[in-house]
Amino acid sequence: MSEDALFTPSFDGNGADSSSWAMAELVAWEEKIRVYVDAFGLNCFEQEFEVCDHEQMIGFMAYHGMPAHYPHWSFGKSFEQQKTHYDLQLSGLPYEMVINSAPSVAYLMRGNSLCLQILTMAHVYGHNDFFKNNFTFRHTDPEGLLRRINVHGNRIRSYIADPSIGIDRVEPVLDACHALSMQVNRNPSVKRLTREQQEDRLIAEANKEPKISDSALAKELKKPLLQAEDDLLILLQEHAPDLKDWERDVINIAHQEAMYFLPQIETKIINEGWASFWHHQIMSALDLPPGVRMEFMVRHNQVICPHPGTINPYHLGFMTWRKIAKEALGISDEDDDGGPLPLLGDDAKAARDTMFKIREIDRDVSFLRQYLDEDLMRELDIFEYAPEDNGDLVVTKVSNKEHWETVKNTLLRQVGIGGVPIIKAVSIDVKRGHRLRLMHEQGARELDPENTRYTLKHIFELWRRPVELETKVNDKAILYTWDDEGFHAKQ
Amino acid sequence: MAQPRAIFRDYQSQEGLRSDRSAGDRTRHRYKVREAIRDNIADIVAEQPIIGRSGDTIIKIPVRGIKEYRFTYGKGEGQGQGKGNGKDGDGTGQERAASGDGNTEEGQVVGKKDEQGKKPGGEGGDEEGVDYYETEIMLEELVQIMFEDLELPDMERRRMRETLSERNLKRSGIQRAGTPATLDKKKTLRTLIRRRLAAGATLDNGDPPPLRREDLRYKRRKPKIMKESNAAVICIMDTSGSMDTTKKYLARSFFFLLYQFVKSRYRSVEVVFVSHHTVAKEVTEQEFFHKGESGGTMISSGYKRALEIIEERYHPDVWNLYAFHGSDGDNFNSDNGDMIKYAKELCEKCNLFGYGEIKPYGSGLVKLFEKNLPAKNFMAVKFDGKEDVWPAFRDLLKKERPSDRPLLDDAVDHKEAADV
Repeated sequence: MSEDALFTPSFDGNGADSSSWAMAELVAWEEKIRVYVDAFGLNCFEQEFEVCDHEQMIGFMAYHGMPAHYPHWSFGKSFEQQKTHYDLQLSGLPYEMVINSAPSVAYLMRGNSLCLQILTMAHVYGHNDFFKNNFTFRHTDPEGLLRRINVHGNRIRSYIADPSIGIDRVEPVLDACHALSMQVNRNPSVKRLTREQQEDRLIAEANKEPKISDSALAKELKKPLLQAEDDLLILLQEHAPDLKDWERDVINIAHQEAMYFLPQIETKIINEGWASFWHHQIMSALDLPPGVRMEFMVRHNQVICPHPGTINPYHLGFMTWRKIAKEALGISDEDDDGGPLPLLGDDAKAARDTMFKIREIDRDVSFLRQYLDEDLMRELDIFEYAPEDNGDLVVTKVSNKEHWETVKNTLLRQVGIGGVPIIKAVSIDVKRGHRLRLMHEQGARELDPENTRYTLKHIFELWRRPVELETKVNDKAILYTWDDEGFHAKQ
Repeated sequence: MAQPRAIFRDYQSQEGLRSDRSAGDRTRHRYKVREAIRDNIADIVAEQPIIGRSGDTIIKIPVRGIKEYRFTYGKGEGQGQGKGNGKDGDGTGQERAASGDGNTEEGQVVGKKDEQGKKPGGEGGDEEGVDYYETEIMLEELVQIMFEDLELPDMERRRMRETLSERNLKRSGIQRAGTPATLDKKKTLRTLIRRRLAAGATLDNGDPPPLRREDLRYKRRKPKIMKESNAAVICIMDTSGSMDTTKKYLARSFFFLLYQFVKSRYRSVEVVFVSHHTVAKEVTEQEFFHKGESGGTMISSGYKRALEIIEERYHPDVWNLYAFHGSDGDNFNSDNGDMIKYAKELCEKCNLFGYGEIKPYGSGLVKLFEKNLPAKNFMAVKFDGKEDVWPAFRDLLKKERPSDRPLLDDAVDHKEAADV
C-alpha cells in the first residue's frame, strides 16, 4: 500500500554528491513541460514540487508522504526497513513521490540528475491528471486531505497522551484496523444504504411475497444486520457491542485512511501506465540537450521494461495505453517505431478524448479486461504458473490461441483488490452473546491459515465476543472461531 | 484552461526536526521487536543458527509478534489436494500470472515457491504480508534479552571465589590538575565566570575573558573496585553409539545456553569439553560436537574425568564451576553406583551440576538420580525435542536460586554489591 512512487530497480547517482542542477533550471523546465501538459489537454490540480534529501524521502515513504500522519509503530518498521535497504544498496529510492491531494504535492530527491528531475516532473503531471479525473478518486476529497490527516493525527496523539487511555490501548485498536484496511467497501462510488433504506427495501421485498408473515418480517427487521456487510471496519465501528467512544473514533480514522488508499491499489497499472505514457510523450516533445536525451532513453527503458517472472505495472500499463492510443489514431503495429505518437493538435483530439474517457471510467480490472487483447498478451508473453508438489513454479499456460483467455482471467484475479479475499459479516446473534458470523466468499482460492487465524484474532479483540469465520479447506466447510478460550477450527 | 505555474520549494535541511517525525515510531517498533523476541525465545532457541557463534554475529530471526496480518489467499500448504476442484475455471486456485522474456513455454520452471527475495508475481495485492517478518539482531543482544526474562538473582558466589580488580575508572569529583583529556569544560567556565563576577566585571558580549590556569578544572577519576570471579563450564557429553546427531544437537543447544548464561554473569569464562562412552577424554569443541564415537556407555568415566580436570586446573575455592552432562540415559547398570558417587562429588565442587536426558531409551536415569542425589544444586531435566530445550533450561536455573535464604538477606546482599 503506497502513494504513487516511480521506482527503478537499480539506482545509482545517489549519495553525497548533491544536485548538479540549479533550482532555476527546474523552474524553467517545468515551464516547458507545462506547455505540453496544456497542449495534450491534461487536466490537473495545481502542482507543488518540494526538493528533499534521501533521508527525508525515506521518511515521506514511511508516512505515505504525510509527516503529520498519526503515529504507529508500523511506520517505524517501514522506515527502518527502507533505510536498511537503502544503506545496504539493496534497493533504490523512488525518483519521486506524489500525493493525491489538491494542490498535488510531489517530492523530488535532490541527489537526482537534471534528467531525472525533468522526467519526474513530466511523470507527476500524468499522475496529477489521473488523480483529478479518475472516478475511483472521486470520494477522496483531495482538497481536505492534508488538513484531515493533520486533525486525525492530533486526535490519535491526544488519545495516546491521555493518561486514562495511553499507547498500550490505542495501539491494539490501530493494529486491528490496519489488519482490516483492505476489508472495506470495494465500490465507494456506490452509495451505502442507510438503516432506514435497508428496512424499506426489506419491507418492499416482503410485500411482494405474501408468504412472509408480518411477525416474521418484524423479527427480521430487529436484526442488527439486515444485509451482509463487506466493510468490516464500519461493522466494528457501528456494531461492536463494547467499544468506547474513543475506540470507535480510532476505527473511523483508520477507515477513512483505508478509503483513501483503496483507489491507489485499484489503479496501480492504469495509473502508472498513464503517467509513463505521458512522460514519454512530453519528454519526446521537449527540446532536451543530447546528454539529457540519452539519459532519458535509458531511464525510461528501465522504468517500463518487463520484469520477467513478475508483472511490472509500469510496463503492462504503458504498453496497454500505447495500444489504445495507436488504435484511436489508426496506426497499425507495422507503422509503429516505438517512438512518441502524434497526439498533438486538433487532428488527434478525438484520439485524446477516447483516452481521457478511459482514464476517467476504468480501474485496473476493467482496463485490462477491455484492452488487453490476445495480440498484446502474446507480445508481452504473459503466462500462468503454479507451484508443483516439489515447490517448483512451473508454467501451466502461455498466451496462445487456446489458453490466452484463461491466462488473462488469472491475471485479472490478482490485480487491484482482486488479490484480497472477500470476507463479509453475515449475522450477529444477539441471543448467543452477540456472536459474530463472518463468511468468506469463496472462489477457487483458499485462505492462508496463519494469516486468517491472527487476523480473526484482531477482529475478536475489538468485537470482544465470540467471532466465527466460515470458509472452505480442500472443499470442506470449516468454521474458525475465536472466543475467550482462544482459537478453534471445526470441520 | 491553462495549467497554473507550479510552486517550488527548495531543499531545507531538517536535522532534528526530521528525527522527531519518525523517532517515536521507530523506538516503539524496536521495543516491539524485543518484546516479540522475548515471547518467542523458546522457538528461537530451538532453531539452530544461534548455536556456536560469536557474540557479534548478526543473526536473522523470524519474529511472529510484529508481523502484520491480513486476510490473504493461501500459499500452498495443504492445498495440493484441491487440484481440479477449482470453481473459477479449471485451476487449483494457486495460479498466478506474470510476464516473461518473450519465449516462455509451457512446463518451464520459472522459480521456486516462497524463495526468499525471489517471489514471482510480487505486484498483486494478495502478496502483502505474506512473507514472515525477519529481524536482524546481534547474538549478544539476543542473549541479553533471553536472560533478562529469567529474573534470576545474581548467582550465588562464595566470597572466597571473588578477587578484587581495578579494571575500570569511575568519575569522582573534580581536581585542579590533570591531563587535557580530562578537562571539565563546564566547571572550568563556571570558575572563570565566578572569578570575573567577584572581580566586578560584567559578562555580556565582547570577547570572552581570558582563561587563567587557576580556572582550569579537571575530572577526577578513581579506580572502580570490581568483584571479579572466574567461572568454568564443564560440558560432559555421552558420545556412545546410541547418541545420534539429533540427540547431540539437542545437547549442544543446551550447552550453548548454559555457556551463554554463565558468560553473561562472569567476566571470564572457560569451557571444558569432556566426551565419554566407556572411557572419557577431554576434547576440543569441534571434536566434541562433530566426532561420532560408538560403543557402550559408562557415565562414571565422564564424571571422573571432569573431577580430575577440576583437581588439576579449576580449584573450587577460586573457580565457580558449572557442570552439565548430556546423555540418553543408556548406562551400563553396573556403572550406576560409581556414577552416583562421582555425581555427588561434582555437586560438592560445583555451583551447579545438571543432568539432561535426551530422548531416553527405556526408563532413563532421571529417577535414579533424583532418589540418590538430594543435593540442592543438582537438577535432572528431560527433553525430547528442540521445543523442550528452553523450558528445561529455565527449570535448571531455578536451582540456582538460593531458595533456603530469606529474601531480605538477598536484598541486603545486592545493596552491598552495589556499594562497592
